[in-house]
Amino acid sequence: MELTHTATGVTPDGSPVPAARAGLSAQRRRRAWWMLAPMLVVLAAVAGWPLLRTIFFSLTDAHLSSPERWQFIWLENYIGRYGLVLDPAWWGAVGNTLVFALLSVTLETLLGLGVALLINQPSRVRTLLRAAMLVPWAIPTVVSAKMWSWMLHDQFGVVNHYLLQWGLIHTPIAWTADPSLAMFAIVLVDVWKTTPFMALLILAALQMVPADCYEAARVDGVPAFTVFRRITLPLIAPGIAVAMVFRMLDALRVFDLIYVMTSNSRDTRSMSVFVREQLIDFQQTGYGSAAATLLFFTIAAITIVAMRVLRSREADA
Amino acid sequence: MKCTTSSRLLSAIALAVIATTASAASIKLSCSGLGQELELCKRNAQTWATKTGHQVQVVATPNDASERLALYQQVLSAGSDKIDVFQIDVVWPGLLGQHLLDLKPYTQGAQSQHFASFIANNTHAGRLVAMPWFANAGLLYYRRDLLEKYGEKVPITWDDLTASAKKIQNAERAAGNDKMWGYVWQGRAYEGLTCNALEWVASHGGGTIVDSDGRINVRNANAAAALRMAASWVGTISPTAVLNYAEEEARGVFQAGNAVFMRNWPYAWSLAQGEGSAVRGKVGVAVLPRGATQGGNAAALGGELLAVSKYTRNAGVAADLVMYMTSAAVQKERALAGSFNPTQPALYRDPDILKANPFMGELYGIFNRAVARPTSATGARYNQVSNEFWNAAHDVLAGRTKPDEALERLDASLNRLSRGAKWN
Repeated sequence: MELTHTATGVTPDGSPVPAARAGLSAQRRRRAWWMLAPMLVVLAAVAGWPLLRTIFFSLTDAHLSSPERWQFIWLENYIGRYGLVLDPAWWGAVGNTLVFALLSVTLETLLGLGVALLINQPSRVRTLLRAAMLVPWAIPTVVSAKMWSWMLHDQFGVVNHYLLQWGLIHTPIAWTADPSLAMFAIVLVDVWKTTPFMALLILAALQMVPADCYEAARVDGVPAFTVFRRITLPLIAPGIAVAMVFRMLDALRVFDLIYVMTSNSRDTRSMSVFVREQLIDFQQTGYGSAAATLLFFTIAAITIVAMRVLRSREADA
Repeated sequence: MKCTTSSRLLSAIALAVIATTASAASIKLSCSGLGQELELCKRNAQTWATKTGHQVQVVATPNDASERLALYQQVLSAGSDKIDVFQIDVVWPGLLGQHLLDLKPYTQGAQSQHFASFIANNTHAGRLVAMPWFANAGLLYYRRDLLEKYGEKVPITWDDLTASAKKIQNAERAAGNDKMWGYVWQGRAYEGLTCNALEWVASHGGGTIVDSDGRINVRNANAAAALRMAASWVGTISPTAVLNYAEEEARGVFQAGNAVFMRNWPYAWSLAQGEGSAVRGKVGVAVLPRGATQGGNAAALGGELLAVSKYTRNAGVAADLVMYMTSAAVQKERALAGSFNPTQPALYRDPDILKANPFMGELYGIFNRAVARPTSATGARYNQVSNEFWNAAHDVLAGRTKPDEALERLDASLNRLSRGAKWN
């Protein structure tokens, strides 16, 4: 904002500025642009250009085996007879992604809140707990996905081993192969992995709550649950909302976890996995790009809505 | 663009001709690194290099077949000459064909010494894009001792198999062997299930999903009967976990002595007969059964081929390497050293090979009658067809869909992805 005002040689209140000052600010403005240029170039090269190429390819019938031969088919990939809108496989992937995102974010928020409240109690082991809690978050997703698929394996898995030993089941459960259990297993692993992240963000919000509110409540003898409901929750709600939006955006483009644990299985395939399958396995550059473009716009739309909501809340506060 | 490509190609061929006569060329060869494959491949290639004065460099590629395919597709669609000779799967000629060199000018008729089914499979749009290297076909493994004990014969039809499996499984369980199963096979949703299900369908006279003219013919009563039969095995003569079995899981159960019958590829033979195997000396191999009334025996054709990239700078030399590697002498050496099945019928009468691998004599008839997966008709879309087919089959096996409904849906989705059986 400041840049544009000073650049025109007019102060914010509309009165002209002395020429020397205008020259100086124009110079500063130029310098600012020069400073920004490398980042803008890099952004355009690594984000803008691929994005434009993807959108461009989504309007063609390009195929990876002969990328130089293609023709424009415009919106055929989206709304044509064989387009995405009429493709049950795509909608299956959209459904899976939504189920995954809603389930995992809800569970992670609840568990994260619980963990954060526990850790927020002053205690000597708190620092240690805080570090230990971060271990699942620190393990790369591919590693933890692989680790869990071995643990959940129907023949050699430790989970089945103990369930059998304790007499809870009689035959080993094929966690990642059984269509009715696979999504459950994936959500479980994601919750295990990402709860620490939620807990940490919520903990940060908890520590921002002014201590005098609690003191006043204690003086008045307010029961603990009411304190939580009337003081803690409203004060940390904005923090939780931000954390949920972050997680939601992350969950909507989930790829590695699902790909490693259940590969291209239809029962758990997310939008990103669908895109990869079309682009790499099926070599459908055009169709796959269309799916990638839809995925991009879906996430962009959700981001914009979320930002609006958060900003209007801030304005209210 | 086209002009420059073809002139580049011409000059490449010219260069290659010069190279063969004048200077030594360096050929980059990709072969699979599974078990002893890599070592044998290196050894044979080195022999060729010493003989011809050229150099061979073996390029490492991923072991996972679909990862390897993705790498090849990227290398080839970039028009790169990073790899000159590719080891490719039997189902890939349709996917990669347009990037591969027509080998006909270099074979001097050698293709007539190989199984005709392979040569037909390797012909893409009238061009011979690969030479067969070694063969695979679906086989029925059976426990000879158990069949004798209960007076059962090697099954001729699928009904025989079901009945024998049930009888022996129940009798063995009653005798205290409660881990015994009748039949294990590959039921996980992956390419292996396409092979298994294609065998059921083809042996019932239900066609091969897509016929050679590209017509989708999978929606028929015979195919439905085949799938219904397979679904009836799950939980009765086959463990429910078979829905997640690939080759190695099935072999694990059979080799531990816990199954009467197994469907698998030839590689399982030397392992089942190897030291430490619980079923050593008790195993027999036969043709997979056929449907009761219609159809004949059908074994899915598998195997590996060698192909030359169109973008190589040494086409002549690279093709010479392929011809050497697929020659009778090298195939014999590989059969003796690693039980790799030759692709030349004459070698199945070779006494040395038969002595080392007694089961190979029985395989001869199987390769001649093997059913190819519909790769040539579906071309670049084979992957998608196979994916739809194994998903449909898996839905039926898991009991989530009735065979007729699954095939109806499969027919619709195949029509959809082929844009009305047009396939390109």
